[in-house]
Amino acid sequence: MKAVCYYGKEDIRVETVPDPAILNPRDAIIRVTATAICGSDLHIYGGYIPTMEKGDVLGHEFMGEVVEVGRENTKLKLGDRVVVPFTIACGHCYFCKEQLWSLCDNSNPNAWMAEQVYGYSGSGLFGYSHMYGGYPGGQAEYARVPFADVGPLRVPDSLTDEQVLFLSDIFPTGYMAAENCQITPGDTVAVWGCGPVGQFAIQSAFLLGAERVIAIDRFPERLSLAASFSKAEVLDYESVDVPDALREMTGGQGPDACIDAVGLESHGTTLDAWYDRAKTSLYLATDRPHALRQAIGACRKGGTVSIPGVYGGWLDKFPLGAAFAKGLTLKMGQTHMHRYMPRLLQHIERGDIDPSFIITHRVTLDDAPEMYRTFREKEDACVKVVMRPAAA
Amino acid sequence: MPDHALALDMSDSAAELERWAGVAISTAVMAYGLSRRSVPGVVLAAAAAPLAYRSLTGEWPGLGNGLAHADTRVALSRSRGIHVRETVRLERPRAEVYAFWRRLENLPQFMEHLQSVTELGGGRSQWVATGPADAPVTWDAEIVNEIEGEVIAWKSIAGSDIATAGSVRFSPARQGRSTQVSVHLQYAAPGGRVGRLLALVFGRDPAHMVREDLRRLKQLLEAGEIPRATRGADA
Repeated sequence: MKAVCYYGKEDIRVETVPDPAILNPRDAIIRVTATAICGSDLHIYGGYIPTMEKGDVLGHEFMGEVVEVGRENTKLKLGDRVVVPFTIACGHCYFCKEQLWSLCDNSNPNAWMAEQVYGYSGSGLFGYSHMYGGYPGGQAEYARVPFADVGPLRVPDSLTDEQVLFLSDIFPTGYMAAENCQITPGDTVAVWGCGPVGQFAIQSAFLLGAERVIAIDRFPERLSLAASFSKAEVLDYESVDVPDALREMTGGQGPDACIDAVGLESHGTTLDAWYDRAKTSLYLATDRPHALRQAIGACRKGGTVSIPGVYGGWLDKFPLGAAFAKGLTLKMGQTHMHRYMPRLLQHIERGDIDPSFIITHRVTLDDAPEMYRTFREKEDACVKVVMRPAAA
Repeated sequence: MPDHALALDMSDSAAELERWAGVAISTAVMAYGLSRRSVPGVVLAAAAAPLAYRSLTGEWPGLGNGLAHADTRVALSRSRGIHVRETVRLERPRAEVYAFWRRLENLPQFMEHLQSVTELGGGRSQWVATGPADAPVTWDAEIVNEIEGEVIAWKSIAGSDIATAGSVRFSPARQGRSTQVSVHLQYAAPGGRVGRLLALVFGRDPAHMVREDLRRLKQLLEAGEIPRATRGADA
């Protein structure tokens, strides 16, 4: 089959690889009908994710049709149309039972690698390094889905692939980011980063009762999307001083909650952002937490800073003193996908939200290498790339 | 101190007390000695090993029969004896976990180096592991202590190629909803033919190996399968 493979930093190739096969009793094989490039795939593209190997199949946002099931998988039937969550969960360990699905104990065959870095391992992930299991991803014609009696969500034929595809990651991720803000009616939420997760975080904050959402970015097309589709007030950090503006917009009190939908490759124009850039380029630091520093600084006393953006290593100049002084709550982590997918499908079915609004590029698998570059450089007003393997 | 149960002698509370004390003292001395990371420290730890052995198995090493170096107890009583302690918690009832382990034929399902375990009756069993160049390495073991639902302890039988002893304890956790499985494995360290075989059978980092075995046990009993992945490009 055809698959999008990693061959090194900024080296993505479309290769022919063996078709996946059932390996375990609860597996299923999915014929992929739609798959997307995620902002977190760009961290791999940029060479920031350790334990990637040449030839690894990329992609963790995908959906399709069930074409084969393992003997213990009694939930899925051939022909079912499903969206697959990017986190893999067994459904029976302590963490799955506690609804902490992205922390599943039993789905990462290489848990010992993550344990060496983090103490304990999160769940296995599709197409996201060997430290997270080495599972081939979904940017391919077919994908093997482990524990497929727990993860994949059946979707009705009345909804298109483009409407439901983002249930695989970014819609639940934006939603959990907003839920972590513990929004009460009348709250103001500030969102750093108006990429796909930021857009869903904005819309989810409104769904959960926020009165105002203030969105921060520098790309005009993303800011206008946040303003027009997501109904946020927007700030271009290249033209305004964000902390000053947020203070002024909130009567001097600060936003009730702040969301960092940027993560470890934050860009900024202030001194600390250049400092991060210098240190990471010399391998003296792993992550560039400029947006996170600003969010912690801007958040009101007793507020919540929610972090859906991905971090991987050791942060430099992390303002824990400010977080402590203001009694902030910090919430973060990979999305507990299985907890949110059914309820978000209902929101889509009811017409509360149509997630397809963020799609800017519709291509085939063959276009992947070029699209990774376009997406990373944010050229051509690129916000979200969807690939259709069947059309290739 | 999970090992106290190894020494439980249901019929004799005085012996029980003695063994408790023996385990506590020998473990403390060995831990202190090893923590010194010095030659005297190791000697001190080694000196405490026979007491630990007696406390765990109820017999002094090297006594009781005429066999010399092939004797499990001798092989494990010197400074060459290596201890591995690992533990895992799983969301299954204690009785179920115990029953799975007690059926020794199940062990190769999650112990990667084992090919088979055959119960011979009378608490004895034959173990076959993958040795050098995939050649099987075989030894016989006997259960030396067993408390239904709580503890299984075993050692290799004198004259085996492999000198090893171990125990597994099952304790309730989280108000009985979970089970904690604690393994204590002991075997002779590299040196001589036995040592070479052991290094090849057990790998270079025995603690890592046992930890991964226990992880597979948890995966098997909780999720019903052990997760696997193959790479796309060379599957």
